[in-house]
Amino acid sequence: MLTFIYKRFLNLVMLVVLASSMGYFLAASALDPRANFEGRNPPIPESTIDHKLDALNMNTKTPILERYVTWVKDVVHGDLGTTLSENSVNDEISRRIWVSLRLLLIGSILGSILGVLAGVFSAVRQYKFFDRSFGIISFVLLSTPVFLLAILLKFGAINLNSRIGTTFFYTVGEYTPELSGGTWSLFVNRLQHLILPTLSITLGGVAFYSRYQRNAMLDVLSSDHLRTARAKGLTKRQALFKHGLRVAILPMTTFFAYSFGLLITGAVFTETIFGWNGMGQWFIISVQANDVNAVSAIVLFSAVLVLMSGFIADVATAALDPRVRLR
Amino acid sequence: MSILVLEIPSIEESTSTERLSRSQLVRRRFFRHKLAVFGLITLGLMFVLAFIGPYFSKHKWDELDFFYLLQPPSREHYFGTTQIGGDVYALTLHGLQKSLIIGLLVAVFSTGLAAMVGAFAGYLSGRTDRVLMWLVDLLLVLPAFLIIAILSPLYRGKTWLVFVVLLAAFGWMITARIIRGMTFSLRERDFIRAARYMGVPTRRIVFHHLIPNVASILIIDATLNVGGAILTETSLSFLGFGVQPPDVSLGTLIAEGTSSALTYPWLFSFAGAALILTVLSVSFIGDGLRDAFDPGSIKSAKK
Repeated sequence: MLTFIYKRFLNLVMLVVLASSMGYFLAASALDPRANFEGRNPPIPESTIDHKLDALNMNTKTPILERYVTWVKDVVHGDLGTTLSENSVNDEISRRIWVSLRLLLIGSILGSILGVLAGVFSAVRQYKFFDRSFGIISFVLLSTPVFLLAILLKFGAINLNSRIGTTFFYTVGEYTPELSGGTWSLFVNRLQHLILPTLSITLGGVAFYSRYQRNAMLDVLSSDHLRTARAKGLTKRQALFKHGLRVAILPMTTFFAYSFGLLITGAVFTETIFGWNGMGQWFIISVQANDVNAVSAIVLFSAVLVLMSGFIADVATAALDPRVRLR
Repeated sequence: MSILVLEIPSIEESTSTERLSRSQLVRRRFFRHKLAVFGLITLGLMFVLAFIGPYFSKHKWDELDFFYLLQPPSREHYFGTTQIGGDVYALTLHGLQKSLIIGLLVAVFSTGLAAMVGAFAGYLSGRTDRVLMWLVDLLLVLPAFLIIAILSPLYRGKTWLVFVVLLAAFGWMITARIIRGMTFSLRERDFIRAARYMGVPTRRIVFHHLIPNVASILIIDATLNVGGAILTETSLSFLGFGVQPPDVSLGTLIAEGTSSALTYPWLFSFAGAALILTVLSVSFIGDGLRDAFDPGSIKSAKK
């Protein structure tokens, strides 16, 4: 088991390095930081622009490989560089990372657990009312892009707020800045801000997992080993949870890794629409501002997250399925 | 379970008077799938609306009517007008057109690419397989959305076809993995072996023997990829990284409509509804196709 984990981890580090390098090359070749200084009135002399871009390691006149080497040297030393507006990328990340992680962690955990539960329940009660209605709902949810879902939730909440007369759901920001009060009211306030963004990235996840979990569970339900478990005298519930779910949940671990990328994409939209100052919202700002260093840092962040989730999925698979460990 | 699956087609064949060909069987199963038929009809309507609908209105999508600013739906402007007097009906249909075309093109390109990569990797295995799967892993690490957004300056101000190529280039990986897995079992089958020992070149084996044998999966995946492509396209367009103004897609329309959609709901609800309905019907069709091609997956569970 330990060698398995060790091997997977090495593979993971390699992929992170490759993926973030690719991210850097793409960002450095597609984005043009120079455009931010050109065409201004009064015009900035070219030597000044060069000087400024050189200091930021974003000068398009320097060969891209040279810029890459400089970037890598800094990153290895734990410095992700400076943004175009001359803030440290590290500082910016430390301000924003928890905003995003909170959203992503709650979203992925809630989405996968609720999705698996709904899928199992749908499979056990196949073609009954819950299965049919939930099936349609998840189809609709999967056909709705996150940005549209977030907007609809936002409008729904605003309508509801005006109907009940108080602000129950907050639709902008992650907390009310001018709020004074005890820890409890601060906590409740944060929670009220958290509901809608979390909901908009969780719902898609629930729909996604429940479809696959339902299919996997249906396969297991008709399998021989479950019949054997029943035949040797286990109750339906025991057979289902001890012998059924354990097998049916295996493929979900793979989907967990794949869907994390989707979740990050979703977070970009929810953060933008609900005005959260997280990594996703920063990504949009940085691409629009041609900020190579910031974009590369965000790509690195998302690569690490996706691969971590892949790693967790691998370890979970190995823990659940002894056959995997032997490879 | 496996015995049961095998039995079902034979029962079906013996009950019908004449023997049905596979395509007839698939067609019959598909048209019995209620949601799939609903999807097919809805998608057909969307196409009719997008391509013939514009002829039923006197207003063009790029014309402005300065006498009607921000008017609710009326007989003159079926879906109302925007802040600057654009006809929402014509705009929505034009956006729908663009989104449908992009979705179809991307699905065809990315599924084609996936079929080739998957089949070559699975058939040649060894080093080719390792290199290609490394590439797949690498591309799967970074969300396609992030990469395309970063590359968006490359097609800003150029034709939207570049955007299509990018969407296809970063959307083929999962299908390729599935095809590779299927090719692994196909290449050990007798007919592929026979072809190989007869000296049929690799390229011919891949294109004439392997890919036709995974055609059903490819059709299903191409269908589902249409939905995925439309979702990615509209998402990117929503943030301004996709279809560029003055051109419109459903994503840009929704983006423009949201700011004032609470007071003027017609600005965005038609585009939003068209988007959801299109993707929904595509996924119903994909689901129906899957059940039609591979009845074992549902029948075995029904027992």
